[in-house]
Amino acid sequence: MATFKFRTPVSESDVRKPNIGDTVYVSGVMTTARDQAHRRALEHVKTGKPIPVDFEGGVIFHCGPIAVKEKEQWRIVAAGPTTSTRMEAYEAEFIEKLKPRIIVGKAGMGARTAEAARRFGAIYCDFTGGAAVLASQKIRAVKGVEWYDLGMPEALWILEVEEFGPMTVTIDAHGKNLHDIVQGSAQEKRSEILKALGVA
Amino acid sequence: MLGIEKTVEKTAVEILRRAVIYLPRDVKEALNSAYENETSEAGRTQLRAILDNIKLGENGKTPICQDTGIILFFVTVGRDFGDFSFVPEALRAAVKTATVEVPLRPNAVHPLTRKNSGDNTGMNMPYINWDISDGDYVEITAMPKGAGSENMSSFAMLTPAEGESALKRFVIDQVIKAGAQPCPPTIIGAGVGGSADIALKLAKKALLRPIDMRHPEPQIADLEKAILGAVNMTGIGPMGLGGKFTSLAVNIEYAHCHTASLPVGLNMQCWAARRATARIQRDGTVEMVS
Repeated sequence: MATFKFRTPVSESDVRKPNIGDTVYVSGVMTTARDQAHRRALEHVKTGKPIPVDFEGGVIFHCGPIAVKEKEQWRIVAAGPTTSTRMEAYEAEFIEKLKPRIIVGKAGMGARTAEAARRFGAIYCDFTGGAAVLASQKIRAVKGVEWYDLGMPEALWILEVEEFGPMTVTIDAHGKNLHDIVQGSAQEKRSEILKALGVA
Repeated sequence: MLGIEKTVEKTAVEILRRAVIYLPRDVKEALNSAYENETSEAGRTQLRAILDNIKLGENGKTPICQDTGIILFFVTVGRDFGDFSFVPEALRAAVKTATVEVPLRPNAVHPLTRKNSGDNTGMNMPYINWDISDGDYVEITAMPKGAGSENMSSFAMLTPAEGESALKRFVIDQVIKAGAQPCPPTIIGAGVGGSADIALKLAKKALLRPIDMRHPEPQIADLEKAILGAVNMTGIGPMGLGGKFTSLAVNIEYAHCHTASLPVGLNMQCWAARRATARIQRDGTVEMVS
């Protein structure tokens, strides 16, 4: 398993290097976006309204942090990943239209996202779910917050990060999906498991 | 000296703080043992990150996970405690205070407009489960429940004639379907019997039992162990990246049910199984139970 250290903006040729199971660290700018922010961003793309963040070559973090404002400056207290499957309905179009190169979340994403990652050059990485203090230690500063009207968890938090990771590549830019492989193998073992439990 | 209302409020803030920062002893022990015994490299990496994160949270007095959940309380009122009509207001005030002071992430939104109340309270929230006991104290458990695992809850009306087999099949299928989503290694709460609502309520209540304690009835205890073994044969592993530890425990609670039905509720709990309990005497004495 190889280790890759990326800095934003990430190029398409760089992001095509890792394979599933590889380890990735990211430095630079990372922007949080959950379902509400994905939906609004795509609406704005459609209607031509401006989007406050340039996602091209950037990193999307599926995360709703706990943030506190101290002397007019935001500080991130805890910021682990949220379940990425909620963004599956939006991510393929998001990758196509807004060109982020790295999506960070937990629990993996589906076939549409994997196909967009392959076509347009992007990867999806898992950061350990619930490891919010570990994650927040890699955040150097909050560069800004947009769309706060969506609420603290759903807003766009623009974060400056240093060696954010370790993350595991679970969707690479070659069409492979590690969570699918693990889940598929569990499904294959189903009858053997039920047999061990004495269930016909 | 504080009045009993303020004591209950202050204590509730304290158990919310403890719940989101310090994991219960039984859960930490199970995670440590999972790390020692996990053979998959990917699984070990995830468990190492989890254990490091727990330590960092404790040292920095910071919530271990940014999803500090929706706030559920379990309140047991002793028959000799006296008037407890102030408890709901005290708990609501405590949630608002804890949101700012701990801090907790404001998670409570209107279910349809999705508007965030900003302070973790709202219609029927925090939710209080009531129970009665023989004592002269009120016991309050705070259970902040994250959405990643809660979203993997499920319910089924199974075929009564299939009994245990139907239950086992249902749990295995739900675990495979959930995959990485509930943040494994999970704790599986299963409520068996009662009626639809009771089964789900028992599933959640099952999660309050320490995971190193099996059900007092041997038949149920054996079922818990057998299902856990089977769940861990799936190979889903920590964070769904493959490994031996998909779940740390299966806790089952049951109720008698109609002869024509077999309701089963499942409530998944992520590894960050947060709960804290305190007892408050009428004279204001507070004891932190866990």
